[in-house]
Amino acid sequence: MIQEFKKIWKSYAIGLVWLFGLLWPLLGIHPDGTLSFGKTFTVWLYIACGSFVCLLLYLMNKSGGLRVVTTPLAAARDKAGTFYGTVPVWVWLGVALVLACIFPLFTSRYAQDVAINVLIYVCLGLGLNIVIGLAGMLDLGYIAFYGVGAYSYALLNTTYGMSFWVCLPFAALFAGIAGCIIGYPTLRMRGDYLAIVTLGFGEIVRLILNNWMELTNGPNGILGIKVPSIYIPSFENGFHFELFHLKKLYYLYYVALFLAIVTIISVYRLNYSRIGRAWESIREDETAAELMGVNTFLLKLLAYAMGATFAGLAGAFFSSRMRFVSPESFTFLESAMVLCMVVLGGMGSIPGIILGVAALIVLPEAFREFELYRMLVFGLAMVVMMLFRPAGLIPAQRVGTRSEEKEG
Amino acid sequence: MEYFIQQLINGLTLGGLYALIALGYTMVYGVIQLINFAHGEFFAAGGYVGVILLNYFAGLGFMHTHPILCLTGSFILTMIYCSFLAMAVEQVAYKPLRRQSRLAALLSALGMSIFLSNGLMLTQGVFDAPYPGELFEGGFEFGLISISYLQIMIVALTAVLLVVLNILVFKTRIGMAMRATAQDKVMSALVSISANRIIALTFAIGAGLAAAAGIMVGLYYGSVRYDMGFVPGIKAFAAAVLGGIGNITGAMLGGLIIGMVEVFMAGYISGQYKDVAAFVILISVLYFKPTGIMGENIDDTRV
Repeated sequence: MIQEFKKIWKSYAIGLVWLFGLLWPLLGIHPDGTLSFGKTFTVWLYIACGSFVCLLLYLMNKSGGLRVVTTPLAAARDKAGTFYGTVPVWVWLGVALVLACIFPLFTSRYAQDVAINVLIYVCLGLGLNIVIGLAGMLDLGYIAFYGVGAYSYALLNTTYGMSFWVCLPFAALFAGIAGCIIGYPTLRMRGDYLAIVTLGFGEIVRLILNNWMELTNGPNGILGIKVPSIYIPSFENGFHFELFHLKKLYYLYYVALFLAIVTIISVYRLNYSRIGRAWESIREDETAAELMGVNTFLLKLLAYAMGATFAGLAGAFFSSRMRFVSPESFTFLESAMVLCMVVLGGMGSIPGIILGVAALIVLPEAFREFELYRMLVFGLAMVVMMLFRPAGLIPAQRVGTRSEEKEG
Repeated sequence: MEYFIQQLINGLTLGGLYALIALGYTMVYGVIQLINFAHGEFFAAGGYVGVILLNYFAGLGFMHTHPILCLTGSFILTMIYCSFLAMAVEQVAYKPLRRQSRLAALLSALGMSIFLSNGLMLTQGVFDAPYPGELFEGGFEFGLISISYLQIMIVALTAVLLVVLNILVFKTRIGMAMRATAQDKVMSALVSISANRIIALTFAIGAGLAAAAGIMVGLYYGSVRYDMGFVPGIKAFAAAVLGGIGNITGAMLGGLIIGMVEVFMAGYISGQYKDVAAFVILISVLYFKPTGIMGENIDDTRV
């Protein structure tokens, strides 16, 4: 034990020296021919202190020094777990639903705006979850389908004046078709090749959106997209239905909530269906799955198309809410962010992903002054999650038991 | 005809640069079967450290008196810097995950890539960092064809680096150890080759080459940006796949082909869609011949 700790402290010290060497050229050499150490030292000291505290906590936890804190915490967690278990699940779901429904009544426009963002990303994250969490394929061009959905609605609405609700299935359909087109040539590959090819496809879609001036108006984007509208019964001048534009933000919130709930229910049902089990078997061992009679190619294509469909739905809603789309919104960083949400929350776990989305949308809003550090922290979070908790914050519950995955 | 030759020269320059970056991907993939997403960031970091050093030397006034010395020094220091950066990244983000599933390592690599490019942005700013311009003014003119001294320098230096790498990998004991580790880690461990050291070395060499490419790209285009590693990274990966991933000669060839195709695409068809060319090549190669041009047969755990 002591030997091990000595080793850890030694590598920590080496790491700090190394870090200083890597930081200094970027911060301490100036174009006017001077060298400085002040800024580098400050940054380095912050990182050193932060990592020191983390390491200390980690080691204390490992050697049992934190038992004073962890034992009561674990007891409290057990207690909460038993309490959670005594109340049926549908009560919790009901409470969550009611809270989500009355949310706009008590909150400001700003909070509603953030909430709508969370709901859009819940759709995206759960859609990506089908591809990466259930079927185990890393898709780095996922945002392209979001873009296809958004542009489908934008174009259908501005050129033909079609309404949101008519366009919604079309947007989903187009995104699904795009998923099939992109999926068909790529799905013969596995793992890392698939990742880079989907990345390439994502970039191609963005380039097309950016350069096809006649259709998409290029980098200027499309303006003047209508918000969704519904028919409501009206009793003035006799009974008839009246067209009602959902211009207020909290109406849009309910539309987003509706889409998110549809997505959650669909993904939940898919997860526990025959198809979901087939996806899981593909993820665990594709060759074995094929031997058991799973049509791997078709199911992988289906996973891809299903994921794309949900992204298309989210995209259509996104363009109707912003009333403007441009290729700027569909860059690789967006894909990476959705991926980060899924990874952080836990691949394959629906509550985990909702938590991950909420964390990655709400926390940057709460720490506005650290806006610049957002992507830095996201990247670091991905690495740290993979190192220490690969299953995510709320690991997915698997049906049945299976041997641990060991590959490569 | 002049136009064609001009494009050929431009393609050669660009292709050499892609080849240098592609080597890092292919070597790392050969040894640990991981796509090192952060490799493009080593390239970008190389460009930045190069700009910092050259500007520093210019600020000291050495640039006018000893231009060759300054340039050589910048290249060597930058390559060393990026090698150390790559070793640190490998140690922190990849080594602990070597026994985990491949998805975990891939996600960790992606996170590292985002982290590094944003780290560059935070320390160096979001704007283009200009290279000192007075290096390599002028060039040769043959009628309508012009070759700048800079292009000659890039092609020459690329060729030198490629030759050195070839000697290192195929003629020395270290290279033999690297090839042995790539082929079979357990067997090479039995003949007392330390896999950890070889992997660290592979990362260092790959990043060093990418750093050299970073400075040259900075000199060629006149400036660097924090996100400049992303697109060339994918293209270089396409080059590595085209040549047959894990194959060093293939990566060089693939880089040249990708560079040529891109330049001819921009020159003859459409400048806006030149980036698409590399992706289309990547996808068609993976679809029709996943082993690439020079690649040996690979079993289905790799593809």
